Amino acid sequence: MLEKRLFRKPKNELEHQENGRQNQPSVPDDLYLSCPECKQTMLKSDMEDNGFVCPKCDYHFKIVARQRIALLTDPNSFHEIDAELSPSNLLNFPGYDEKLVKAQQESGELEGVICGTAAIGGYPVALFVMDPGFILGSMGTIVGEKITRLFEYAAAHQLPVIGYTVSGGARMQEGILSLMQMAKTSGAVKLHSDAGLLYVTVLTNPTTGGVTASFGMEGDIILAEPKALVAFAGPRVIEQTIRQKLPSGFQRAEFLLEKGFVDAIVHRNEQKQYLTTLLKLHQKGAM
Amino acid sequence: MAANLSFNASLNTVRESYESMKEKVQPYARVLAARAKNRPTSQSFIANLTDDFLEFHGDRRFGDDGAIIAGIARINDLPVTVIGIEKGITLQESIKRNFGAAHPEGYRKALRLMKQAEKFNRPVLCIVDTSGAYCGIGAEERGQGQAIAENLMEMMTLKTPVISLLIGEGGSGGALALAVADQVWMMENSVYSVISPEGCASILWKDSQKMQEAAEHLKLTAQDLFEMGVVERVIPESSAKEFDKVYALLKTMLYDSFQSAMQKPTDELVAKRYQRFRQMGIN
Repeated sequence: MLEKRLFRKPKNELEHQENGRQNQPSVPDDLYLSCPECKQTMLKSDMEDNGFVCPKCDYHFKIVARQRIALLTDPNSFHEIDAELSPSNLLNFPGYDEKLVKAQQESGELEGVICGTAAIGGYPVALFVMDPGFILGSMGTIVGEKITRLFEYAAAHQLPVIGYTVSGGARMQEGILSLMQMAKTSGAVKLHSDAGLLYVTVLTNPTTGGVTASFGMEGDIILAEPKALVAFAGPRVIEQTIRQKLPSGFQRAEFLLEKGFVDAIVHRNEQKQYLTTLLKLHQKGAM
Repeated sequence: MAANLSFNASLNTVRESYESMKEKVQPYARVLAARAKNRPTSQSFIANLTDDFLEFHGDRRFGDDGAIIAGIARINDLPVTVIGIEKGITLQESIKRNFGAAHPEGYRKALRLMKQAEKFNRPVLCIVDTSGAYCGIGAEERGQGQAIAENLMEMMTLKTPVISLLIGEGGSGGALALAVADQVWMMENSVYSVISPEGCASILWKDSQKMQEAAEHLKLTAQDLFEMGVVERVIPESSAKEFDKVYALLKTMLYDSFQSAMQKPTDELVAKRYQRFRQMGIN
């Protein structure tokens, strides 16, 4: 303790002035931001107007589910399904109630996935979009239930499913029941698939664990956003297991493309057009 | 030997022993029992439950995964496909078997043999004992997530009866990839969880020493899961010395269950399997 004090820089009266500059021009904190990839500073509104993509380096920022739906679907075409389903603390897991309330307040959503029907480029689809902010996009029983219902609905109404994933994996506060959602959703995907219907997944940063190992990797066509981390076990878990540093770019979308696990990487601002073409090519009969 | 126990009698034994188990052993003690070194592994179960076991290798795509033993055998007069995750008994063998942590090729081998079972109308017995699917560079490169996902999807509609038996650790997705079944049974001292108690404690409380607390809250014991309706049966173990009796009972139960499942139309079987998982997590 004593040594520390010895080396402390003496306080400079002038430095205190910094805090007192009240009448200096200033900008609100959230007007500008810097890109985590290229470190460039930009107007937040410029980034948002560019589909939440860095205008300088194409870094894809996190985007909440509602905004993604607005960007992707035709105006006023989205109709939400099962919006009222809300999670509960099934196992009385300590701290989970508080965590849920906080996530709901911060996101304004009841759960971490939004489901509904919409039109993309004029083609009707069933759509689910996971939310990165809701307990890290984890899959609990209600996430599993909503996605299962969507596939069942789509199968009954002969609709293709477009699914956007972002997830830290199964939600451990719901224990084995969240694990079971992997099987449940996979069953629903199979039901939909056996009806001869199209399912397209778009893997976004990050998609890991139980979501990768279930409906994330079960699409007929699997797309990914540039540089999205897509993994079963996340990089930290692997580094702890094998006790060595992972090569750069490991488990990124480009790596998965090279290894044969995604069909294509599609820039966020080109996804609507890409999906429109995809849907068009899956219409029954001659074009 | 108890091999001639009637089905009802064996079921009663299960119920009675379940009652006695209710006076709780600490969940973390179950976790330790499930991981115990001297615990019988899949090989012992295969040797004691089946005859004429022929092991088959390889996924026909990349290689053969020593962590999964698979092949065909018979239970009494019934041909079955058997797929077991094997941790190994000696250290040398455990290394060869990667301590029961399977790679994608292991899950793909399992699926290949399940599809074959479907073709030849054989029921499938999966024996699960793993701390989890392997987390490593090769496993990720070859699509661990995709391999598990494909098993979940394909097992759901496999047109032949499937029973999964958890004999030790049921570690998350790596266990579930062999547990999309008509019925899931657990040995009394096995556990089944979305995450290890140590992992849970370290993520939630930044303290892996709180694993006992985590084990309690995760509800991972056979008894808890039976109460929650996640598994159909808990198989009493009694003492390790008397494991012969356990095998005899288990063999009868498996034989009877497979026989009665074989009588059912496969459509009905598959629809029931879907419903089994469909209702999980609905209040």
